[in-house]
Amino acid sequence: MPNLNKVDTIVKSYENMRTPLIYILKDVQNEFGHLSEEVLTQVAKTTRIPLSEIYGVATFYSLFTVKSKGKHIIRCCNNAPCHVNGSNEVLDKIKTYLGIEVGETTADGEFTLEYTSCLGVCAVAPVLMVNEEIYGNLTPEKAVAILKDYKMKGSVHA
Amino acid sequence: MHRFHILIAMDSHTIAQGARAVKDALVQDLTLAGLAQEVRVVETGTLGIYGKGVVMVIFPDAVYYAGVKVEDVAEIISEHIMKGRIVERLHYRDIPAQEVRVDEKTPRIGKQVRVVLKNAGSIDPESIEEYIAEDGYEALGRALTEMTPEQVMEEVKKSGLQGRGGAFFPTGVKWGFAAREKSDEKFIICNADEGEPGTFKDRLILEGDPHSIIEGMALAGYAVGAQQGYVYIRGEYRMSIQHMQMAIDQARKNGLLGKKIFGSKFNFDIEIREGAGAYICGEETALIESIEGKRGEPRNKPPFPPSVGLWGKPTIVNNVETLANIAQIILKGASWFRGLGTQNSPGTKVFTLVGNINNPGLIEVPMGITLREIVYDIGHGIPGGKGFLLAQLGGTTGGILTSEHLDLPLAVDSLRAAGAGMGSGALLVVDDRQCVVDLVQNFVEFFVHESCGLCTMCREGNGRLLELLQRLTTGKGVAGDIALMENLASTMMRGAFCGLGQAAPIPILGCLRYFRDEFIQHTQGVCRAGRCKMQASDDTAAA
Repeated sequence: MPNLNKVDTIVKSYENMRTPLIYILKDVQNEFGHLSEEVLTQVAKTTRIPLSEIYGVATFYSLFTVKSKGKHIIRCCNNAPCHVNGSNEVLDKIKTYLGIEVGETTADGEFTLEYTSCLGVCAVAPVLMVNEEIYGNLTPEKAVAILKDYKMKGSVHA
Repeated sequence: MHRFHILIAMDSHTIAQGARAVKDALVQDLTLAGLAQEVRVVETGTLGIYGKGVVMVIFPDAVYYAGVKVEDVAEIISEHIMKGRIVERLHYRDIPAQEVRVDEKTPRIGKQVRVVLKNAGSIDPESIEEYIAEDGYEALGRALTEMTPEQVMEEVKKSGLQGRGGAFFPTGVKWGFAAREKSDEKFIICNADEGEPGTFKDRLILEGDPHSIIEGMALAGYAVGAQQGYVYIRGEYRMSIQHMQMAIDQARKNGLLGKKIFGSKFNFDIEIREGAGAYICGEETALIESIEGKRGEPRNKPPFPPSVGLWGKPTIVNNVETLANIAQIILKGASWFRGLGTQNSPGTKVFTLVGNINNPGLIEVPMGITLREIVYDIGHGIPGGKGFLLAQLGGTTGGILTSEHLDLPLAVDSLRAAGAGMGSGALLVVDDRQCVVDLVQNFVEFFVHESCGLCTMCREGNGRLLELLQRLTTGKGVAGDIALMENLASTMMRGAFCGLGQAAPIPILGCLRYFRDEFIQHTQGVCRAGRCKMQASDDTAAA
């Protein structure tokens, strides 16, 4: 049972900001991990914005999630600059290694695999992001080595 | 007194290649060697060298090192710093053009000119003092004490500066629309929602020279009568957000934002608004909706934002690169700016060179440079001795250029005549190992993902295009598919609600125009490049 009082505290911290809904949802997601119906209902109550509108916003932006996710989120770029530099091969290898498809979470809850839109580091394409860390100049083998490190240490930086 | 300055590029690209660890090792080893007082390590923005690992430059010698690893740090210190000997195996000589003011003898190399990027990679972006030392905030000071708002706007109009977000609308004219509106509030928004694949110019400007954006926004505010600015930055651009916030705080502390700036009656402040992951929010009315806390769906136009924008008030939305030009236009004058570039496209343009290219990265060149000069002189051609197949200019919605366009001058009017545009400045180079149909499918997958879903043309149109392409790339296509795609694409161009849906078909139609044979081959089960996994249809299998 999440502590919904935290929602009220977050909403209150933005009382001086005009139209702060996106900021509120970011903080709420940080606090609760994902934007569940229960939590969003509380945001609606406190902000007096209709739940339908809040749900609309929560499902529009890719950095918000209404489902729970793994401990580490892998975001692979497959936009054209990465694509012509072999991002498909990298992604295929990751899928085989983790045994999941894009949009899924591993059974142990360690990894969620997603696409990302362009991360703006195309000069070192292909790239992927694990949590907030970006890795470039990837090969399929390098990508798997990075994920192995995360698995072993929980979290590691290049 | 420092004997050496080591500028280490600490931008998103070098960090992805381990720059933080190298910098930490550098600081630690210098301290251990007792050199902390003699050598200053400065984190700077991009040095203009990409895909070559961690890069740094040591002054006063102006020696560049690339591909530096943690284990190389000790050698750089013992050889270069202590003995004055260059570490040849790491020495990088192909340095990009820069106004290197630390050592005036360093020549300008290559075809690049740095206006927008003049400070990126030469100052510490986290220091307002270093920005001020490079004439920073002088334009704002001069404008507020010696010029009227009309004069500032007039200078920008005369410069011929066109919006660098992709539409190339004259900036001064846009400002004029907002200036003549009567309103209790007006807003300046810096569009830093850079999401166009292959584009990272705004990211590196924000990371490398954030004060130039603040100064440009304040000048815009003075010209149109706005007191509040917002920088809308993609939520994914963490470092841009950090550097920008730090710069805003410093500017406030120094009285360069806030009340009565430079003792004038002008008040102006800036706040950052973060995006939450939506490509469409780069469209200015969708961006405004997002700041208002809503789904980022575009608005109907007119009215345009200079009349009815954020919270219904007159609003100017300018791109990062556009704003980075403003202070220098005010400081050096419109005629100086017109001396760069071509008559109808004055100034420089920042491009990001990506794809199958030996020397990828961020470049700033005068308008009118040819594709050949960029790809072969600055970009050092295509890796592995492969041939040039095509280039796409301006991001995923950009037009297609082929080898017949290599000598086309890249300026707004000449590109328009060729059915292309400069767009965001992303230049994607594609070599002849790639399959055009597979590439087009990749573009359309992107549009399917990024369509906001508001209008049927874009939402359904892209979905059906993807189905047709999936048939072609799996060997299930039929001859009529090509005409169907063409028909659908041109209908979308006419019928979609906003620029995204209208522009999405541009690269598809471009590829169909120049590489029609390849599409036809796919309907016959042949992929020239061997990229598509053609499954023989049941009929052929039986035969």
